[in-house]
Amino acid sequence: MSVLLHNLLHFGRLLHSLGLDVHAGRMLDVAGALEHVDIGRRSDFYFTLQTLLIHRPQDIAPFAEAFRVFWRPPPGEWSTDDLRALGEQRRFGTPRVDVPTGASFTADDPSLATLAEPGERVDPGSYASQEVSRVKDFEQLTDEEIERAKTMIAMLRWDPGMRLTRRWAARRGDALDLRRVVRRNLRYGGEPLLLPTRGRTMKRRWLVVICDVSGSMERYARMLLHFIHSLAGGLDHVEAFLFAARLTRVTRELTSRRAADVLPAIPGRVPGWGGGTRIGDALRTFNVRWGRRVLGHGAVVLLISDGWDRGEPAVLRQEMARLQRSCHRLIWLNPLLGSADYQPLTRGMQAALPFVDDFLPVHNLASLEALAEHLNRLPGRRPARPRRPSGLATGLDRLLPANTRRTGPSSSSTRHPAGADPLGP
Amino acid sequence: MLPASVSSIEQLEALLARQCYIADRGLATSIYLALKLQRPLLLEGEAGVGKTDVAKVLASGFETDLIRLQCYEGLDVSHALYEWNYARQLLEIRLMEAAGAVDRQTAARELFGEAFLLKRPLLQALTSEGDRPPVLLIDELDRADEEFEGFLLELLSDFQVTIPELGTIRATIPPIVIITSNRTRELNDALKRRCLYFWIDYPDFDKELRIVNAKVPGAPVRLAAQVTAFVQELRAADLYKAAGVSETLDWIAALIALDRTELDPATIELTLGILLKSQDDIASVRGERISEILNRARAGT
Repeated sequence: MSVLLHNLLHFGRLLHSLGLDVHAGRMLDVAGALEHVDIGRRSDFYFTLQTLLIHRPQDIAPFAEAFRVFWRPPPGEWSTDDLRALGEQRRFGTPRVDVPTGASFTADDPSLATLAEPGERVDPGSYASQEVSRVKDFEQLTDEEIERAKTMIAMLRWDPGMRLTRRWAARRGDALDLRRVVRRNLRYGGEPLLLPTRGRTMKRRWLVVICDVSGSMERYARMLLHFIHSLAGGLDHVEAFLFAARLTRVTRELTSRRAADVLPAIPGRVPGWGGGTRIGDALRTFNVRWGRRVLGHGAVVLLISDGWDRGEPAVLRQEMARLQRSCHRLIWLNPLLGSADYQPLTRGMQAALPFVDDFLPVHNLASLEALAEHLNRLPGRRPARPRRPSGLATGLDRLLPANTRRTGPSSSSTRHPAGADPLGP
Repeated sequence: MLPASVSSIEQLEALLARQCYIADRGLATSIYLALKLQRPLLLEGEAGVGKTDVAKVLASGFETDLIRLQCYEGLDVSHALYEWNYARQLLEIRLMEAAGAVDRQTAARELFGEAFLLKRPLLQALTSEGDRPPVLLIDELDRADEEFEGFLLELLSDFQVTIPELGTIRATIPPIVIITSNRTRELNDALKRRCLYFWIDYPDFDKELRIVNAKVPGAPVRLAAQVTAFVQELRAADLYKAAGVSETLDWIAALIALDRTELDPATIELTLGILLKSQDDIASVRGERISEILNRARAGT
C-alpha cells in the first residue's frame, strides 16, 4: 500500500503539472476509496481515480491520457519525455472548438509582430497633458498615441445595467417579511407594531463581447483587444469571444492577467487570425456551444464586426435572429460606421441589421465614450423587436417590416443606416 | 437491500439493472464509491441522459424515500431548508395572551420550537427516521443562483445545517445525495470539491438499444433498432439541441401507439416534435434531410 500511495502522490503531482485542479487531500480520499474496489481491475481503478479527482468535463481527456501513460505496466517506463509531451498536449493540442489552439501560429505572422511590441513606454503621471485626439480614427493612431489611448480607455466606466433577480432579501420592498414580523414583535407581546418588509435583489447584467478579427478588421484589432480587456477588468462578468476562421473563447486570457502580458499571445490562439470569416458560422458555434451558458441571465451582447462576410446571408440571418432572441440587448459595433459616407450595404450587414437593437460606431475614443454612456443608460426592459418569423429558411422573413426594430440612443454618434429595408435600396 | 450492504460494483450494477437502469461501468463505479465513501455525487450531462433517474432508481432499489429538491433561480433557505409556520406562531401568541401574561423568554423559546418548524426537503433528508438513508436529489443545481451553492457547502461536507433559533442539526444517517446539473453555468469549485463527479455522455448505439429494450419491453425488434440508429444519426447532425435518451423512449412509445413497425419518412415527419424541441432544428431537418438520415441509419444497422 505504501508503494501505491507513493505512486498516487506522484500521479497527483503529474495531474497538477498538467493544470488540473487536484488537491493534495483528495489523494488520501483516493487511498481510502481503493480499499473498496479491486485495484487489479484496471477500469475500476481508472474510474475510481477519475470520479474522485476530476470535476470538469474538459479535464477528462488530459486525465485519461495521463492515466494511460503513468499507470502503464511496467511502471519503470516512465520518463521525463512523456511528461513534457503531455504538457505540450495540454497547452496546444485538444481539437475542441472552444479551446484556443496554436494551429495557425507562425513566427513570421505580421500581425503577431505588431502586437508583440513592448507596451510600457508611457509615464502614467503625464498622460493628461498629452491626450490623444478623441476623434482620431483608431487605424491612424501612432504607436505612442495607442499607448496613451489605452490609458484613456482604462478611465472609462462600464455598466451594462442591473436586472431584478428572483432572490429576496430583507430590505424596503413590497412584501411583508413574516419571519421578522414575528421575531421583532415578540417584545411587544406579539402585537404587530413593526412591519419589516423584503424585496427582490438586483444583480449586474453579464456583458458578452463577440469580436471579428478577420483580415478586414485587423487594423482595428489591436485597439479593440485593449478595449475588451479594459471591459473585462472593470466588470465582474464579461465573456469574450474572438472569431476569424473559427470562434474562440478568450475569456480566461482577457480576465486573468495584465494586458501587456496577455494581449501579444492572443493572435496565435485564434485560428485564421486576419483571414476570411463566415460570421454566420461563428455565431452558430456561439449559439450552440455557448449561448445557453453565457446568456442565461439577460446578458447584453456586443458584436464587433465590419460585416464583411464570406458566408451565406441566410445562415447569418438565422443565427442573428436566434442570438437576439436569447439576449437582453444585441448591440452591433461597426468601426466603418465612423466614416461619414459609409452605408451598410454588404450582404452580411444587410442580413444582420434587422436583428440588431443598436447599431453604433467603434472607431475612435469618442465613440467608445458614447458607447460607455449608452450602456450606462440602457433601459431595464428589452427593446421592442419584430415578431419572430415562422419560415426563416424559406425567405419569408424578407417581407418583414424592417423599421420596427432598432431603438438607438439619442446620442449624435448613433446613426441609423439609410438602407433600413433588408432588400436594400 | 441496504445501501451499506452493497459490497461490489457488480452487485450495484445488478441492482440498477433490476430497476431497468442501464449504467456503464464508469457510472456504476462512481455511484458505488459515493455510497461507500458517503459523499455526494455530482452528475453532469446534456438534458435527457438519465441523471435524475439515477436518484430515482437508487431510491426504489434500496426501497427508501426519494426526497427531491428542484432548483430554480431565487431558491432560498425558506424553500429548501426550513420555514417557520407564521400563521401558527401568531395564533399561538394570541392563545398565550388569553391564558395570561406573556413572558418574553418563554414565548420566544416556545414559538421557535420544532412544533412550529416547517421542514423543507433538505431538512427532511437530514432528519429522516428509520434505518435506511433516504436518497436526496438536488436537481438541476445550475438553475439556482450562486448564493444558494454557498449555502449547500455545510450540508454537503458534514451533513449538518445550522438554524439560528434551534442550533445545529446533524443527520442521524447521512442521506445518499445525488446532485444534477445541465451545465448551463459552471458550478462553484468549492462545491465540486466536496462531491464525486461523473459526466454522463449520450449512450452509444448498443447501450441505447439496451435501454430501449429494457424500458419499452413490447417494442418490435426491428423498430427499436431503427429508432435507435436514427436518433444516433440525428445526434451527429448539426443541431441546436440534440435529442436525449428520454426523447428516444418517448418517440418509440409514440410510434408503437401509432401502430408502426418500421420507420418511414412520412411518420418521422409527423412525429418529429417528440425528438426535437426547437423550431429551428425541426425546420432544418424536415424534408430531404429526414430521408438522408434515415438511409444512413438503415445502412448502419
